[in-house]
Amino acid sequence: MASLKDLRNRIASVKATQKITKAMQMVAAAKLRRAQEAAEAARPYSERMGAVLANITQAIGGGGDAPALMTGTGKDDVHLLIVCTAERGLCGGFNSQIARLARDHIRRLLADGKQVKIICVGKKGFDILRRDYASLILERVDLREVKTLGFVNADAIARKVIHLFNEGDFDICTLFYSQFKSVISQIPTAQQIIPAAQASAAAATGNGATAVYEYEPEPGEILSDLIPRNIAVQIFRALLENAAGEMGAKMSAMDNATRNAGDMINRLSITYNRQRQAQITKELIEIISGAEAL
Amino acid sequence: MAEAFKFELVSPERLLVSEQVESVVIPGAEGEMTVMAQHAPVMTTIKPGVVTVKAAGGKEDRYVVFGGFADILPSGCTLLAESAVHVNDIDRADLARRIQDAREDAADAKDDVARSRAEQFLAQLTTLEGALLPA
Repeated sequence: MASLKDLRNRIASVKATQKITKAMQMVAAAKLRRAQEAAEAARPYSERMGAVLANITQAIGGGGDAPALMTGTGKDDVHLLIVCTAERGLCGGFNSQIARLARDHIRRLLADGKQVKIICVGKKGFDILRRDYASLILERVDLREVKTLGFVNADAIARKVIHLFNEGDFDICTLFYSQFKSVISQIPTAQQIIPAAQASAAAATGNGATAVYEYEPEPGEILSDLIPRNIAVQIFRALLENAAGEMGAKMSAMDNATRNAGDMINRLSITYNRQRQAQITKELIEIISGAEAL
Repeated sequence: MAEAFKFELVSPERLLVSEQVESVVIPGAEGEMTVMAQHAPVMTTIKPGVVTVKAAGGKEDRYVVFGGFADILPSGCTLLAESAVHVNDIDRADLARRIQDAREDAADAKDDVARSRAEQFLAQLTTLEGALLPA
């Protein structure tokens, strides 16, 4: 049985932990708001980009002058997975959810005899995937130093991916990230970004009534400029959604931790008070029985 | 007074401008163009340069953009810029860095097509810098 002093120390230590988790929760809440704002501010761009892309795809009509990034290489032997996770832990199942989705995907691809390559964005996903698939990881993008996520970060990743594609290092590229639905719900998502044909074809059928455009320069040329940019935009969106999701997950994880600490403090205090009372009673009995013996 | 139309300037990070304007001068890839209301539908890439926005009230604003697209319809004009800043907020160090990068790209280019493209981009940037410096 723990002594009174032990219990007192224990309560003090749990209280200190509670203060930390509480502070982390509040920091996450503040950051979440900012991340959400950033994600919302970026939305118009990707929406308009989608509209323009749909438009131009229709104009070209899948003709021969569509760039390879759009139509693909015609094979699906080598898959590149971009796995975006958080840089830091302590956010519940956030990172492991994304990693699990990616791992299932990898397993399926490997079982089909495909070749898999991985680019990890964020430290946590890298840590998890390194255990099983260290040999498949091409590289790891570190965003730890980045304070506010800018388009340049996404653009750098996109450039790398496009460079790899042009070298013929992969045929299909899939992006793994967590879609931010609400503070308590983030959905791990796999999205194919190269070739982009299927994705934009769906969008094109959505808005049938489009004006007849004049293109300057030729549609093919615009498209070859637009597609790489669209990939960067997709990655940027994934990173922003991830940032918001991470903060949401962290907030609810820390909220849970704070509540658990509170429960623990309650339980420990009850034990502490009972034990103190027992000791007082014991001492009283000793005094009384001593007095009676006289 | 000229008819007003809706103009939007969007960068990946945020929506910079969304307002009724009289005219917009866009640095198109094949030459500058002034867009006014009821313009025929045009889609064009833009080169690094200055976008001049003349608001419906007659106030003029200038933005520096680094490449992107313009989607012009009779009813409005949307400019998707890779990166855009108000001309007053331009960071000269950033511009210098971009020029430096472009210079390196031009030097590293493997084939003639890539090199001529990089050099063209570099030339556009230096022109832009020249245009901005006295301002």
